[in-house]
Amino acid sequence: MDFRLTSEQRALRAGVREVLSRLLPEDPVPGGPGPGDPVPAPRLDRALWRELGRAGFFSLRLDEKEGGAGGGLPEAVLVFEEAGRVLLPGPLVATHLAAGSVEGAAAGETVVTRVDGVLVPWLDAADQVLGDATGAVPLRSVDPLTPLHRVPRPASAAEGTHDGVAALLTAAEQLGSAACATDRAVRHATQREQFGRPVGGFQAVKHLCAQMLVRTELARSAVYAAAVTGDRTEIAGAKLLADDAAVRNARDCVQVHGGMGFTWEAGVHLHLKRAWVRAQLWPTAGEAADIQAEALAALP
Amino acid sequence: MDLTYTAEEEAFRTRLRDWLAASLPTLPPAPSPDDWPGRRAYDTAWQRMLYDAGYGEVHWDAAPTRRLIFLEETERAGAPYVGANFVGLLHAGPTIAAEGTAEQRQRWLPPILRGDEIWCQGFSEPDAGSDLASLRTKAVRDGDSYIVTGSKIWTSHAEVADWCELLVRTGPGTPKHRGISWLAMPMDAPGITVRPLRTLAGSAEFAEVFLDEVRVPVANRIGEENDGWRVTMVTLSFERGTAFVGEVVACRRTLGELAAAARGNSRWDDPALRRRLGRLHAEFGALWRLIQWNVSESQATGGVPGVGGSVFKLRYSHARQELYEAAADVLGPDSLDLSRAWTPERLSSLSYTIAAGTSQIQQNIIAERILGLPKGP
Ligand SMILES: Cc1cc2nc3c(=O)[nH]c(=O)nc-3n(C[C@H](O)[C@H](O)[C@H](O)COP(=O)(O)OP(=O)(O)OC[C@H]3O[C@@H](n4cnc5c(N)ncnc54)[C@H](O)[C@@H]3O)c2cc1C
Repeated sequence: MDFRLTSEQRALRAGVREVLSRLLPEDPVPGGPGPGDPVPAPRLDRALWRELGRAGFFSLRLDEKEGGAGGGLPEAVLVFEEAGRVLLPGPLVATHLAAGSVEGAAAGETVVTRVDGVLVPWLDAADQVLGDATGAVPLRSVDPLTPLHRVPRPASAAEGTHDGVAALLTAAEQLGSAACATDRAVRHATQREQFGRPVGGFQAVKHLCAQMLVRTELARSAVYAAAVTGDRTEIAGAKLLADDAAVRNARDCVQVHGGMGFTWEAGVHLHLKRAWVRAQLWPTAGEAADIQAEALAALP
Repeated sequence: MDLTYTAEEEAFRTRLRDWLAASLPTLPPAPSPDDWPGRRAYDTAWQRMLYDAGYGEVHWDAAPTRRLIFLEETERAGAPYVGANFVGLLHAGPTIAAEGTAEQRQRWLPPILRGDEIWCQGFSEPDAGSDLASLRTKAVRDGDSYIVTGSKIWTSHAEVADWCELLVRTGPGTPKHRGISWLAMPMDAPGITVRPLRTLAGSAEFAEVFLDEVRVPVANRIGEENDGWRVTMVTLSFERGTAFVGEVVACRRTLGELAAAARGNSRWDDPALRRRLGRLHAEFGALWRLIQWNVSESQATGGVPGVGGSVFKLRYSHARQELYEAAADVLGPDSLDLSRAWTPERLSSLSYTIAAGTSQIQQNIIAERILGLPKGP
């Protein structure tokens, strides 16, 4: 047993980070022309999608003979963690899952989304939808970088749409977001001064930051382990803890930024809003806790 | 990322499991929690059994993964906990192994492993708790002895301990972190008075220890004179980093028992309670993975666990308190009955966020030493 990342995995992570920093602006804040102007609806950047395809985001887990990198869930989790860090927009998980079965998905030519629970992200932008999106109605999405539709809940909770890999990769994105919120809070707390010293020297701020790290590291252990075992119960637990880390860390990050955190431009709110969206995807906290409780009840 | 154990480690597991199945029935019945001499006898007898079977050193194994397997299997089999051997096996011993001379290791380590001698921890003082380095108990050199005077408090197992890992001030007038030394003090030396203190759980878990000109040989000092703070950091990193690891396994077992009890008394039908238990199951699962992560890290860096232990300690201590709060919800009014399972543990659990460094102190450590935020006072 050696739970640490292998050197190949560390290299993969560094490579992905480098690619993403090249492809994405530092701060993905969607702007209107001025305060009060409506925020334009997000559009999927097809060129970016093809770049991601070329960089292997979607084909990562396909066999080498199918043009993939032959990676496993642990590798995919590292890639999606990086995507979560930079708030990479688009139906990344669905397109990744479709690679190999939907023509053009692996290359980033075809944009694929899926019905996840009762939500469908990026429905209008997608070339293909996995799952039944009949009757989908648009929401005014809280996340300005993720358009959302809602489908009427199917009569029998359609187990078919409950994909463990999707849940795991979503959890990985939450993990990246939680880690990024921690980094940003620490950076701000080190630079911003009040009362003649960095606010990070004040214990109340310090303790917010410490809790952010603790949530991140617990979620990381859970997500990485679930990627190694692929176990359904562990994946549910990982999603639960990663949702918790992403949502609460983003909130605390806003708090540490003070008034600046409440502005549109600082962009911290984007982590919170995306975290809320992902937390509604299957399994939600309650569903994940139910799965864990089932496993607990089944213990000898 | 690899969570599988090697064939050799799995063979270790099988051997251990067989041994436990054969040996546990031969253990004498467990003593009552208030019977300290009885507990000492029981805990040391268990350590002796482990030692005789070749498992005495398992907590110090060069392959810490074997320790993880040991914890999983002993918990599964319902084996006793380290108990009175806690300090010796889990942090005084490891400190001596890391910082002592060959002679010192030879003197103190084998008796710990054989279960012959048990240790207590004399760090805290009435006026030095979180601010441990402000301790005042002084040690004055007299030939090849130190003459120690002062008092210690909250000393767990003091009444039945043979040795005490004792922090003393040897450099009066120097900055507070620089004048400290780490001594091994025999608990039967003249001048030591132990006064038991009653805890909120009603038991006498810990004690006050008064030291009146106690003679401790200079040869009992671990590390250099006045370099005790550095040695103390080693002790604390074992205490926070690895000492509570086994309890996560115990928590998972308790949680399983709790679920069974809830199904028995129909509390399981309450979806909110069920989800709380499910959530705790996820937390303890993740805490175990965090331990595997920390073990992998410390195995790579060799020996002393890093500050990652504070991350674990902070979250674990709160999760364990939540576990007993959930237990109280399962029991309902029975949770007020001290003779019921989990009620004494619920009371004891209040100490987890205080002992071995309070949660506030752990958060300072994480913020300053891991995240690099400015140092506080
Ligand atoms: C069950 C139990 C067993 C113990 N066993 C032992 C033992 O065997 N040997 C031993 O040496 N010690 C032992 N201890 C002592 C333990 O290590 C101390 O209680 C602990 O370090 C806290 O010190 P204190 O009690 O003096 O509290 P204080 O330091 O007085 O703290 C009081 C409160 O102030 C807070 N506080 C203090 N400083 C700060 C700060 N800088 N920032 C923010 N908040 C702060 C604390 O978090 C706490 O909430 C034991 C304690 C318990 C409860």
